[in-house]
Amino acid sequence: MIAEIGHFALILALTVALVQATLPMIGAARDDGAWMALARPAAGVQWGCVVIAFAALTHAYVTSDFSVLNVANNSHSAKPLLYKISGVWGNHEGSLLLWVLILATFGGAVALFGGNLPPTLRARVLSVQALIAIGFLLFTLTTSNPFERLVPAPMDGADLNPLLQDPGLAFHPPFLYLGYVGFSIAFAFAMAALIEGRVDVAWARWVRPWTLAAWSFLTLGIALGSWWAYYELGWGGWWFWDPVENASFMPWLAGTALLHSSIVCEKRGALRAWTILLAIIAFSFSLLGTFLVRSGVLTSVHAFATDPARGVFILAFLVIVVGGSLALFAIRAPQLKGGGLFAPISREGGLVINNLLLTTAAATVLLGTLYPLFVDALGGDKVSVGPPYFNAVFVPLMTPLIILGGIAPLLAWKRADLAGVLGRLRLVGVATAIAVVWALWSHAGGPVLAGLGIGLATWLAASAAREWAHRVRLFAVPPGESLRRAFGLPRAAYGMTIAHLGVACVIAGITASSAWRVESLQVMRPGESVAVAGYDFTLLGVDNSDGPNYAVERGHVTVARAGAPVAELWPEKRFYPVQQRPTTEAAIHTTWFADLYFVVGDSDGRGGWSTRIYYNPLVPWIWLGAVVMALGGAVSLSDRRHRVGAPTRSRARAAPALAPEAGT
Amino acid sequence: MTRKKRRLYVVLLGMVTLGAAAALVLLAFEDNLVFFYSPTDLAAREIAPEMRVRLGGLVEEESTERAPDGLTIAFRVTDLVAAVPVRFTGVLPDLFREGQGVVVEGRMGPDGVFVADSVLAKHDENYMPPEVAEALKKSGQWQGAQEAGQ
Repeated sequence: MIAEIGHFALILALTVALVQATLPMIGAARDDGAWMALARPAAGVQWGCVVIAFAALTHAYVTSDFSVLNVANNSHSAKPLLYKISGVWGNHEGSLLLWVLILATFGGAVALFGGNLPPTLRARVLSVQALIAIGFLLFTLTTSNPFERLVPAPMDGADLNPLLQDPGLAFHPPFLYLGYVGFSIAFAFAMAALIEGRVDVAWARWVRPWTLAAWSFLTLGIALGSWWAYYELGWGGWWFWDPVENASFMPWLAGTALLHSSIVCEKRGALRAWTILLAIIAFSFSLLGTFLVRSGVLTSVHAFATDPARGVFILAFLVIVVGGSLALFAIRAPQLKGGGLFAPISREGGLVINNLLLTTAAATVLLGTLYPLFVDALGGDKVSVGPPYFNAVFVPLMTPLIILGGIAPLLAWKRADLAGVLGRLRLVGVATAIAVVWALWSHAGGPVLAGLGIGLATWLAASAAREWAHRVRLFAVPPGESLRRAFGLPRAAYGMTIAHLGVACVIAGITASSAWRVESLQVMRPGESVAVAGYDFTLLGVDNSDGPNYAVERGHVTVARAGAPVAELWPEKRFYPVQQRPTTEAAIHTTWFADLYFVVGDSDGRGGWSTRIYYNPLVPWIWLGAVVMALGGAVSLSDRRHRVGAPTRSRARAAPALAPEAGT
Repeated sequence: MTRKKRRLYVVLLGMVTLGAAAALVLLAFEDNLVFFYSPTDLAAREIAPEMRVRLGGLVEEESTERAPDGLTIAFRVTDLVAAVPVRFTGVLPDLFREGQGVVVEGRMGPDGVFVADSVLAKHDENYMPPEVAEALKKSGQWQGAQEAGQ
């Protein structure tokens, strides 16, 4: 019964979305206030319906109602509660429902907080948002209904893939979708602005916080996924340039570009058409990612069970959304007047180059990801594009971006004095040189590129600190005055500094863990020791026991350094009887400067176990850095100027600034 | 600076970036494209020993053997027409199983043994890598309904 209520609520949400997508849009065109006013309550009702549907499915999972096909296929009564709940989105149908829920929530939030948006813009934004919702609701209802019944109901379910029974992965999809779907709001604003034919500062002020929020969530989502791959897959790696990883990375790159261009759009009124185009691209990448993951067209280590009908539907939806929005852009973009002029050497100029590099990087990832598809479609050979391609293309594109990221924040708007800025960065340059020399000297014989990576990380971190010091006039004025200035700085400025420090952290982690990692592969018998990177790993034994819904072979390993004990590790091989699947649980000890990573493999049948040991320097910094980046986003989001109530006041303030543009 | 001039600069800069990226992409493609072969393909053609290739098919039943060092595993990958012996040193993925689909990446050794440096088995056992399905179709051994129905 409850499942039927869920199903019905979902159908109701579709009909409400149909109303929300059409009437307010027509109302906005006719300037009919009553029709436009429909948009807000409709968004609220749509949200309520989807919440009921989602709650119904969650109820089916928690109570293990195996008469629902989706639950029977993906859950089991013996599963811990956390994984019963996360199992809701651990499969194609349920994750799609989560997507729809987040979409409706964002739409509801725009309706709720959008009281001070111009009424026509608000009506159009909510209509576009409802159009996207229609696409996804139709997709869910026609190809992937999560409420389908199963008669007769089985005694127990088929269980969730054991690899997904993990806290890291329980929260990976929600964060990822908050990011993907967050870009849909930027997209809806972009579409609405194109329909109106007008982009003003108030518009940019609205788009920026949504983009910031989406970007922060996406950053966390990607980091969670990569962390999971690192500790769960037992390969000791954290990024494989797999098509599905790329699918989440491309919207991130486009979103990062959008984040930076929307600053120019908001502060200087320039780059309007470009910002709109980026909003379209970022959301298109999100849709493309959905298509790649769910259609099964690419070989990937990730796999939803696939169905060609779904692939065709999403492809058609993708074509309509991307084609339609780009066509609208082509028609309307020439009407959008660019704002404030700037010299090539200026903060705007720096942000333009930032955008060029980020979008180019996204394009190269896109090419590498889709190339095997093109070749296959043209009837050529089956090929795959591996990590070497991405590394070879990415490093040369990111290097200038990071160097620029150290300089651009110090440049003034409009016209800047590059020589003066470089002079201010003298000490930063010295620090960078020291770091490069240290990196090459301390790991002599290691890859030379490691020097570049460590240098870039130092450069970015030191210049972010230098920029902050410049803002508070550290040592140029008495300390009390600096402190007062530090408190007075806008939160958005702190957000940038923090986010850039996070990026530096990630670069250091990526560099050190790729260049200096030590791997050791051997057969160990109980009592034997292996020395890796100055640590002695001793395997004491391997014994058998039982977990809540699995059997486990657990190794006991002690780690010592120069005779002093460092850690005890308990690597596991689990066996989940319901799905008849083994999983490997690596044991990881982190010192924050390095991870000691131990995997126990198969028994050799003669009392020994194959084991794999990694010494991964600075690898925790990758995820720490991602969290710091998202924190930067959150701090920036808390800036008073971004509060959703602010546009009224800021519009009043922005009006004089806009006046000169009337003449241009 | 006029608007036109600024636009010109931006466009030029964009072209330079794209040009540089295109050059990078072409260079990287030249060295890093990995071709996929089925066991039948591999038997039919000469593969230069320095070329990295992927090989996909099923792990032949009862072909897995562990070398005395306990770390090196030998098995055969088959499309049920031809089979290629493969050698891999390391820890196999959890889902590696005889009779299941597998994709291995590495180089063809001079002794006719494929030396793999990575072995991919899927996270989801119901799922057949498209390349493996393709290889089985080519060899006429594909029992579509059974796997595709999953």
